[in-house]
Amino acid sequence: MPQNTPVATAPAGTPTSISQGSRTKGGIGESTLRPDGTLKVTGEFAYSSDMWHEDMLWGHTLRSTVAHAEIKSIDVSEALATPGVYAVLTYDDLPTEVKNYGLEIQDTPVLAHGKVRHHGEPVALVAADHPETARRAAAKIKIEYVELPLITDEASATAPDAVLVHEGRADHHIGHVPHPNILHRQPIVRGNADEAAERADVIVKGDYTFGMQDQAFLGPESGLAVPSEDGGVELYVATQWLHSDLRQIAPVLGLPEEKVRMTLSGVGGAFGGREDLSMQIHACLLALRTGKPVKIVYNRFESFFGHVHRHPAKLHYEHGATRDGKLTHMKCRIVLDGGAYASASPAVVGNAASLSVGPYVLDDVDIEALALYSNNPPCGAMRGFGAVQACFAYEAQMDKLAAELDMDPVEFRQLNAMEQGTLMPTGQPVDSPAPVAELLRRVKARPLPPEQQWLAAGEEADVRALPGGLSNTTHGEGVVRGVGYAVGIKNVGFSEGFDDYSTARVRMEVVGGEPVVTVHTAMAEVGQGGVTVHAQIARTELGVAQVTIRPADTQVGSAGSTSASRQTYVTGGAVKHTCENVREKVLEIGRRRFGSYHPAWATAELRLEGGKVVTDGGEVLADLVDVLESEAVDLELEWRHRPTEAFDLVTGQGNGHVQYSFAAHRAVVEVDTELGLVKVIELAVAQDVGKALNPLSVVGQIQGGTTQGLGVAVMEEIIVDPKTAKVRNPSFTDYLIPTILDTPTIPVDVLELADDHAPYGLRGVGEAPTLSSTPAVLAAIRNATGLELNRTPVRPEHLTGT
Amino acid sequence: MDFLRPACWEEALAAKAEHPTAVPIAGGTDVMVEINFDHRRPEYLLDLNRIGELCEWEVGEESVRLGASVPYTQIMEHLRAELPGLALASHTVASPQIRNRGGVGGNLGTASPAGDAHPALLAAGAEVEVASVRGSRLIPIDEFYTGVKRNALAADELIRAVHIKKADGPQQFSKVGTRNAMVIAVCAFGLALHPETRTVRTGIGSAAPTPVRAKAAEEFLNAALEEGGFWDSKEIITPSIAKQFAELASGGCSPIDDVRGTASYRRHAVGIMARRTLGWTWEAYRGNAHGTKGGAQCA
Repeated sequence: MPQNTPVATAPAGTPTSISQGSRTKGGIGESTLRPDGTLKVTGEFAYSSDMWHEDMLWGHTLRSTVAHAEIKSIDVSEALATPGVYAVLTYDDLPTEVKNYGLEIQDTPVLAHGKVRHHGEPVALVAADHPETARRAAAKIKIEYVELPLITDEASATAPDAVLVHEGRADHHIGHVPHPNILHRQPIVRGNADEAAERADVIVKGDYTFGMQDQAFLGPESGLAVPSEDGGVELYVATQWLHSDLRQIAPVLGLPEEKVRMTLSGVGGAFGGREDLSMQIHACLLALRTGKPVKIVYNRFESFFGHVHRHPAKLHYEHGATRDGKLTHMKCRIVLDGGAYASASPAVVGNAASLSVGPYVLDDVDIEALALYSNNPPCGAMRGFGAVQACFAYEAQMDKLAAELDMDPVEFRQLNAMEQGTLMPTGQPVDSPAPVAELLRRVKARPLPPEQQWLAAGEEADVRALPGGLSNTTHGEGVVRGVGYAVGIKNVGFSEGFDDYSTARVRMEVVGGEPVVTVHTAMAEVGQGGVTVHAQIARTELGVAQVTIRPADTQVGSAGSTSASRQTYVTGGAVKHTCENVREKVLEIGRRRFGSYHPAWATAELRLEGGKVVTDGGEVLADLVDVLESEAVDLELEWRHRPTEAFDLVTGQGNGHVQYSFAAHRAVVEVDTELGLVKVIELAVAQDVGKALNPLSVVGQIQGGTTQGLGVAVMEEIIVDPKTAKVRNPSFTDYLIPTILDTPTIPVDVLELADDHAPYGLRGVGEAPTLSSTPAVLAAIRNATGLELNRTPVRPEHLTGT
Repeated sequence: MDFLRPACWEEALAAKAEHPTAVPIAGGTDVMVEINFDHRRPEYLLDLNRIGELCEWEVGEESVRLGASVPYTQIMEHLRAELPGLALASHTVASPQIRNRGGVGGNLGTASPAGDAHPALLAAGAEVEVASVRGSRLIPIDEFYTGVKRNALAADELIRAVHIKKADGPQQFSKVGTRNAMVIAVCAFGLALHPETRTVRTGIGSAAPTPVRAKAAEEFLNAALEEGGFWDSKEIITPSIAKQFAELASGGCSPIDDVRGTASYRRHAVGIMARRTLGWTWEAYRGNAHGTKGGAQCA
């Protein structure tokens, strides 16, 4: 066994308790409760689909029924003549020369122009006085399609005679891709994989397939656009990033950004699915055309076509290792299907490439990741963002290598685990704690759940504890237990040189004889808990109990996206930064008013606590009420994390990421090996969060991410017919997500190893648990069945050879 | 769309006679989904919710007369002893909210091969009581399903009730879905032992254009049990008999590949469920506890 690898013991100084608290009640480190929690549980919360306006019209979107076709003609006359219809819009009605939008590349038509590129693409819009009238009028629009050949995979995309999904590309990736149907390609070369392979005693290769996952958020896409008197529009919408929407909406409407006033309405969930626009521009166009408020609400069926999904992927991996268990090299090729439009695909490619090694020490790598343009549904952001697909594959490889070497899979991983100081394949050092081996140790050290729990209650089998559940398929026959492990690495924040800033406005004043703080940001609360955390930060920094969080809108600067596990870090950071500046202003006022009464005003470190100015020794100098009197301190400031760099387009080298986040899982499953049904019994997690600002929310995020990973392991997949590129299961009848009976016990072990570069030492939490959950479940199923299982989700057919 | 609201059964029959295209609606758990997703746009909806007797059941000497609108929840709670197979099937229907609204009449009216009640009705033995202004009749369950989502009802007829034979022996129901609850059937299997007649009956769901009985499997098993004297001896059924029964049940399927599963998986799974449900019911017949726990608590 080689030197210096502390396999079974915790590194020294591994704290698990809350390390930093607040002296003001409700500050960071406390599990303060969500202000919207009770409303959501009791069904009283107003989601964006619940909005109503007097004299409101309903918008409806007509979508393509084929995946790839020329539009020969569109006849809207009959629809327009329908009583109750106020407007019918097609491409020809767009008001300006800007007719496309997109997060990074503006390749997505607001309404189809002469061609549709995927099933369900918006072609026309109808506004009517009743949703049913709008729907029926839309059905009267006659569209003549001439179908075109389909691009559905890498082979058809790069065939010599392949039609181009986008003709005449002029985006900034076209110069470095090998084919116009390849959107972006990112190689990473470090060391010399071929030479290093010669040192390998074993080499393991594998081809892996990852299915298309849907975000399946609560609350389908919806919003309300209200025309305003100045010719602008007010848009109330459920989104992930108000200012990104605004930048894409305003030019299409021909309005300056200040005339498009956006307010966040109630969001059910997002998981990346609200990063791209859906009904935003459509509702605004209809409102401006009709002069009336227009509401658009997708139903669940339409929602499957209304947002991008997780990229399905094909991954080829080769790893080598020496007989004593050290990795020698890795080569991989990751092909992501981006579908018809770019969305966030280029950034997903960057993530997939740069995180393809996993949390391991590997100096000799040869990596290629790319995204295709195809006629499949567009894919983009989803929790885990390119790192999920890679983790599924490299963790399967780790198990294969361990088996080949006859080593324990956890020990093998620990032997190769990265730690602080390890270089990423991009050459970037990991410069904060990376407790990979320790996370694995913790999940492995947990006692296993008892065997045959379905017999716990007596002689008869309790089917709820068995594969198949209430469907009553087994009373224990054919059931085999399996245990599997996985660990993953996810970046936090926007990478590759993106100016990833946030803005916070903080106001402190005296109201009704009490000091109060108002925090205003444009952060989209999509369930992650920012509304709780911002108040906690303000209480901690400003020592004021009463904190009001104003609704998010575009009257304040951008907060960036609620994605990439970044909001607590970046907008939390902006709130902290602004609070610190507010505190300085308050202390300046205090010094001006009271400085002559006590020398500590000039000499001591001063804090705000419990509504008072206190010295670091705890001596009270003044009440904030007296300091402020009728003055208000009100600041709006931007805040940035450390800058990142683009990856070199040839070598992939560069300090591309801000921070890394790690989680490990142990899955215990029971598989009905005859019927191919799976029950996940337990999914234990250990994750380093740097600092848990709200421990309850942190655990909730970890459990939610774990469950989403379980979903794509055993059931969640959008099935696209390869012959037609049409979606076959756009409903919750056939796109299955885990119910509570599918969700196991999820014990969570939270580590808090501070990242000194981040506010309070925190680490983004939301995505890492989604990564390793899936491969851990797959590993457990392999352990139970002895099958290779190179594809996720696993279906009963794969387990029964049918 | 016109909404007809008859106050009594006679009015309902008259309305159906007058508007044969009218779609009856009770719990609405199927019809409303179709309407909301614009899959269906009936000219008339015939609301049966004012007709109280459709939600009632009577336990007779031989059989239970189950009103067409009796919700699955009621079957699970009150008819487990008389209709154990149907009660088990009821547990697997959708979610508690849906089970509080939906009833067997809807399953029969829709006649989808994936309806959860069908295999249990086929295995238990049942007759569907239908009526029109012309009078009423009983349709044997074996003759009720006539094609994919088609049944033996005439255009002017409504389903009044189902007459299901009271269990005279153990019954089981098993359903495969790719989730552990709230899932539409990939395929399903019902089995009932009838010690009084010394017969076994079965029902297969979602593995043929209509719900069907595995008749060849039944005939084989009935003969084998008789020849081997198993009904009297209550001995363990030999593995070779169980195996052949399972194979014949599997062969009784004529499934398709669809988004929920492949045809070959369905054949395979029906065979496994046939063998297991036979094992459970036979063990129960022999006097060993082999029921199914968990369902009622989840209701």
